[in-house]
Amino acid sequence: MTSGGLHAVTDADGPGALPRSNGELVFRAPWESRSFGVAIALHDAGAIDYEVFRSRLIAEIAAHEQAKGAGYDGGDYYERWLDALEQVLVEQQIVSEAEIGKRAAVIAHDWAHDHDHEHHHGHDHPHS
Amino acid sequence: MSHGHDDVAVRAAALEALLVEKGLISTDAIDAVVELYENDVGPQNGARVVARAWVDDAYRERLRENGAAAIAELGYGGFEGDTMVIVENTPTVHNVIVCTLCSCYPWPVLGLPPSWYKSSAYRARVVAEPRAVLDEFGLTLAPDVEIRVWDSTAEVRYLVLPMRPPGTESLSEEELAALVTRDSMVGTGVAASPGRQAA
Repeated sequence: MTSGGLHAVTDADGPGALPRSNGELVFRAPWESRSFGVAIALHDAGAIDYEVFRSRLIAEIAAHEQAKGAGYDGGDYYERWLDALEQVLVEQQIVSEAEIGKRAAVIAHDWAHDHDHEHHHGHDHPHS
Repeated sequence: MSHGHDDVAVRAAALEALLVEKGLISTDAIDAVVELYENDVGPQNGARVVARAWVDDAYRERLRENGAAAIAELGYGGFEGDTMVIVENTPTVHNVIVCTLCSCYPWPVLGLPPSWYKSSAYRARVVAEPRAVLDEFGLTLAPDVEIRVWDSTAEVRYLVLPMRPPGTESLSEEELAALVTRDSMVGTGVAASPGRQAA
């Protein structure tokens, strides 16, 4: 998987280097940055309360840490982020788990027939 | 690429598509957020704040009194940066920031946190044994330097004001900003010396 919109690391030693330039990418995959962007955009639009989301995220991370023990390295941070976001949206009845599952199946089917994942954002067509 | 990652990418795409269809957010709005945090917000913002504080005593005073307001003077602020407390390093006190609960971080001045900041190892150990953790970052502090660890919360974010390196009296504010690294503002490093990069 490519690193999406991230530029090549060109100024790793540069002054005040960006987070991605210190040898670590902020987002390791496009879905991570999309999930981040979706949550912040929802907050900006007033659709969710970031603090509600954040407490859910903390709970998710804590539960995961307990399950995985001391070896937990935060590497699946954005999976927890996405889990927390889904939970908040389902609780607020903005989306249902069934809807997400159904749409995910459609997208998985599309992707299986078209490996160009990166071009699917925002214009996949529901098979309804 | 594992199946696991594919699955989560599919779920993320499904959620985004549904929310856009329902009119809650637009693809453009998501793009704008991602672009902002990837390209516009980063430690270079914090570096300008630090450099200003080094050259302008009145600004440093304002920064101490109300971090968010002083940072806003330079045009930075907004989401998650509402209450900013600046913790100042001195020859006898070294400050370091952490978020023991999750990964709260002063986004407007540092961008998004690096992966190690989010690791349970850093979050737990920097509180329990800060000197050893800093040592692993290549920062060995004299035994008489007190280390203060600041635990960020949703309400309060911290930014470390590193000490101005010696031998920088003739540098411009811009040249000084170039010495201020991300790690020096988290407290896991110090500002670079002229002509060298900090660890």
